[in-house]
Amino acid sequence: MSEPLLDIDQLHVHFTLGGGLLGGRRRTLRAVNGVSLELHQGQCLSIVGESGCGKSTTALSVMGLQPPTSGDIRFRGKTLIGAGAPDRTDRALIAQMVFQDPYASLNPRQTVYSSLAGPLRLHGKRSRSEIDERVAMMLGHVGLLPEHAKRYPHEFSGGQRQRIGIARALILDPQIVVLDEPVSALDVSIRAQIINLLLDLQEKLSLSYIMISHDLGVVEHMSDRVAVMYYGQIVEIGDWRSIFSTPTHPYTRKLISTIPDPDAILREGIAETLPEVHPPAGMRFYPEDVSMPDVYAEPPPSELVQIGADHQVRCRPAG
Amino acid sequence: MTVQPLLDVKNLTVSLPAAGGRQHGIVRDISFNILPGEAYGLVGESGSGKSVTSLAVIGLLKKPLRTSAGQIVFKGTDLRTLSSRAMRRLRGDRVAMIFQEPMTALNPLATVGRQIAEMFVLHQGKTWKEAHELAVGALASVRVPAPEQRVHAYPHQMSGGMRQRVMIAIALACNPDLLIADEPTTALDVTVQAEVLKLIQELCTARGTAVLLISHDLGVIANMCQRVGVMYAGKIVEERDTYELFSDPWHDYTKGLLGALPRLGSRQRHGRSRLVDIDSIIDDRSRLTERLCFEPRKLRAGAEVRP
Repeated sequence: MSEPLLDIDQLHVHFTLGGGLLGGRRRTLRAVNGVSLELHQGQCLSIVGESGCGKSTTALSVMGLQPPTSGDIRFRGKTLIGAGAPDRTDRALIAQMVFQDPYASLNPRQTVYSSLAGPLRLHGKRSRSEIDERVAMMLGHVGLLPEHAKRYPHEFSGGQRQRIGIARALILDPQIVVLDEPVSALDVSIRAQIINLLLDLQEKLSLSYIMISHDLGVVEHMSDRVAVMYYGQIVEIGDWRSIFSTPTHPYTRKLISTIPDPDAILREGIAETLPEVHPPAGMRFYPEDVSMPDVYAEPPPSELVQIGADHQVRCRPAG
Repeated sequence: MTVQPLLDVKNLTVSLPAAGGRQHGIVRDISFNILPGEAYGLVGESGSGKSVTSLAVIGLLKKPLRTSAGQIVFKGTDLRTLSSRAMRRLRGDRVAMIFQEPMTALNPLATVGRQIAEMFVLHQGKTWKEAHELAVGALASVRVPAPEQRVHAYPHQMSGGMRQRVMIAIALACNPDLLIADEPTTALDVTVQAEVLKLIQELCTARGTAVLLISHDLGVIANMCQRVGVMYAGKIVEERDTYELFSDPWHDYTKGLLGALPRLGSRQRHGRSRLVDIDSIIDDRSRLTERLCFEPRKLRAGAEVRP
């Protein structure tokens, strides 16, 4: 395979809690605990998991908004961490983010035009006509009209605001777009429109997405590869087809079987239709019990074991 | 002999006064009924009027919204004719409600035990001491671990899933005939959502409590309800047996709603296609026949009705 666009290598993000002025026992919360991921050009890589599993922290580290405790993130082979890292201006051209809540993520005092033109000016575009043209083109890409540029966020519906959020993320032609729960705040019909838009834009502009989501229906629909995270670790990763046709780790299976899915009633519950799986010989899944993790303890050694062409699952030696 | 419905909503209209003495219909002339012990779902998008319907049933509409026409017959009595005092006695005792956000629905200054015990004191005339013991039992019934200790906890000391369990314990404390659950699991993670839904289902089945479930999530409705009403712009556009609705939807809006959902497994079976865009169906007026017709989307905020 070609060189990855983005290479996350053994990323750790730990937070120290307590022990400050207010006292309390000093503890280390291992939010991200040795995550390695590769994103290839033109792909959509999804990270799924529940609140607190570390998926958003991983995304923030990619964006440079959360410095890692250890590990490396490389873009086309060049590190984004530490002394050799690019400055903020250069970094803005590498990755941009679309946020979950289109009501909170747009500045209510800025017109759409100034939200979109600001980054262009900061990146050296001086000519008014060039900026105008680029803003109008981007609004067209996301399905809005040029005259919408003069309006303020409150004049738009939730779906339109999310379109503005997408336009803002794309205005600088970033190499990677991080989508943090891009549709979870939207109504079913609006969600469908935004998902279609994201897929159209991916084809048209050959974008590479990292999508954070807890909605497995959306993830299956949009992704090329899927990483399932559970308390700071990837427990299963693979191409979308392997993850959804033969989910193997107990946590992935739990997630898939607990989604309330309208089709489930038409075939008497999904859980029974999942194919039976066994851990690789001499191994057992880690963690096996997916109900009560200890987020403070250092987890015992475990590894991602290859079980298919592009399908790995976290295991540790049996016994 | 046919079973008398527990709740029979007839031609309910909820309206919002607008400028010039006009009335905007938020809920427009809807009728549905719920049988004893049945789970009935109302599904729709934001602004379709589903939550307003549930608030009208339990008599908690806030001004300027008001029920302007129709009947809400509960166990033979039209709730619209009851005094606010009689309504207050009924609410929490015979009809109870669970809200979406357990943190805002619970009192942050009282222990969860007190908030459950209050139900027994107000509705069953128990002393606080007796009520407190019943509260421990109620917490145990919603499977909160260590109920003897947790009755002394405050809402902020509990997780979202545990708080929603407390809400359920309060709602079911007096064994109501009807439980109204308005988006009970929207704020929760999927695995917690599954546990809470299962709990509601098991407790209500065991006690014969009927459920009116309000949700935007077709999956939740499919898993919980025997019958479903699909709401759009203040009207029920299709009401069916759940199985039939999902296997063979009639109305164009229902079809749109189901087609707009990325359904698990569909990409594996049929490949990836674009999801249905409901707005494009609506804008394409030429395609609309009489049966398929539904009103333009801008009507979602309330169309004018005759006062």
